[in-house]
Amino acid sequence: MWVDLIIALVKILFIFAITVGFFAPVLTWVERKQSALMQDRIGANRADIMGFTVLGLFHIIADALKMFTKEDFIPDGANKILHTMSPIIALVPALITFAVIPFGGQYTLFDKEVNLVISDLDVGLLFVFAIASLATYGYVIAGWSSNNNWSLLGSMRTASQMISYEVSMGLTIIGILMVYGSMKLTEIGAIQENFWMWGIFLQPFGFIMFLTASIAENKRIPFDAPEAESELVAGYFTEYSGLKFGMFFMAEFIEMVTIGAIMTILFLGAWHIPFLTSATLLSWFDFLGTTGANIVLMLIHVGVFFGKVVFFIWLQMIIRWTLPRFRYDQIMKLGWKIILPLSLANIMITGLVILALK
Amino acid sequence: MELLIFYPLAGFCVVLALGVVFNNSPVGSAISLIGMMLGLAGIFVLLQAHFIAILQVIIYAGAIMVLFMFVIMLLNLKKGDDTGWISRDKNLFLSILTGALAIGILYKIGDILFSTKMDSPATLPDTFGTVANIGETLFTEFVLPFEVASILLLAAMVGAVVLAKNKLD
Repeated sequence: MWVDLIIALVKILFIFAITVGFFAPVLTWVERKQSALMQDRIGANRADIMGFTVLGLFHIIADALKMFTKEDFIPDGANKILHTMSPIIALVPALITFAVIPFGGQYTLFDKEVNLVISDLDVGLLFVFAIASLATYGYVIAGWSSNNNWSLLGSMRTASQMISYEVSMGLTIIGILMVYGSMKLTEIGAIQENFWMWGIFLQPFGFIMFLTASIAENKRIPFDAPEAESELVAGYFTEYSGLKFGMFFMAEFIEMVTIGAIMTILFLGAWHIPFLTSATLLSWFDFLGTTGANIVLMLIHVGVFFGKVVFFIWLQMIIRWTLPRFRYDQIMKLGWKIILPLSLANIMITGLVILALK
Repeated sequence: MELLIFYPLAGFCVVLALGVVFNNSPVGSAISLIGMMLGLAGIFVLLQAHFIAILQVIIYAGAIMVLFMFVIMLLNLKKGDDTGWISRDKNLFLSILTGALAIGILYKIGDILFSTKMDSPATLPDTFGTVANIGETLFTEFVLPFEVASILLLAAMVGAVVLAKNKLD
């Protein structure tokens, strides 16, 4: 019992460390560097300690210090409680989704089965969607409680955009559920040990539509109409400063990691290396004993998983700095008139193929 | 152990449900309703119905209430002008009807409450509340109500489109 509790705590701490402690701050730096690279600038190299800049990595510390020391400003006529609550409502769901996301398979350590997921829910995939859909309130309430018309417009766009793309997103994953016959993310991951069972081969259209819909859900360029700094100042977070703004910022980056993790598990073989089964890898490291070989396997799998996540994050960054912002009506058209019918057709075709193969 | 979770959750739900009724601002009411639905999802989890709990969050808290909020913001409803209870004559018939319905429902709930045995916790099979189990029941035992409900939803959807289209044209 105590051992289980400690294992669970270690997993939770690991997830916290890697999202809040590693990905969120480092991604702010990566985004600056990526944009500088793509726009032929040098970028993010001013912050230095004793003359050392280390590729601008000290900007992370500078940013954090700036956010902590800025004045926390609540505009006149704003709803104080809701204005304070909404960054929390936006950030917390992004963190909770990691409770069901497996970051590795199952390993035998010291005669104990360790499953690298905090909670292996039967309805895992739906849990992710349920929690992610709650984040909408953070953004919607933020704009409404600011007592600012730009913010209100931003949050109305958020509400309509997130609702629209949630529908298409939910329908695109039905294809995946039909193929794998499970909602457990650990099971979906385990099936993909076979390279030809990867979601990207079984559901190529689902892959593209899911990627599009999830970027739209995260409100990043080209779907950043809710922020649209050239039209709405900064959209729903116009009136936020200091760490409250930082929380919105952090929520966006952590959602990028969530999207990467979900895409990896559903479409890119989760923690598996193509053509290398866990059994083969275990036999390679057999000389280390059962526990030793399992530890090496676990490290390899976790490394491969986060490598794939980083790939998806990089893909999202490339998309962000390549495309211009879509117009609001174009976003709605894409969601309702293109992705929605296509995802319904995808479900039909998947069903017919499954029926034909039986 | 279960009661230790149940009573705070149920209390939370009741307080927020009262908050929906007594809140002056529409947004406050909507937020209370969202909180109440999350509490209800927690009670479903307590009853081993994980799938229903998740659906409660996705559909009610995650989708329907966002639309509510959207409409409230679109109309930019601020605090209600008249506080306190109002009764208008033209609403009399509707008031009596809804009142009668409410009393009927309360009677039915009381009837169920007093006729069930509270002391025997039922033993549940392992597959209770899983997605596969619910799907199977839905498409075998309850297939007729399921299809009827889907037709009703389809009719409502078509009706909404027709109404909106008439206004647009």
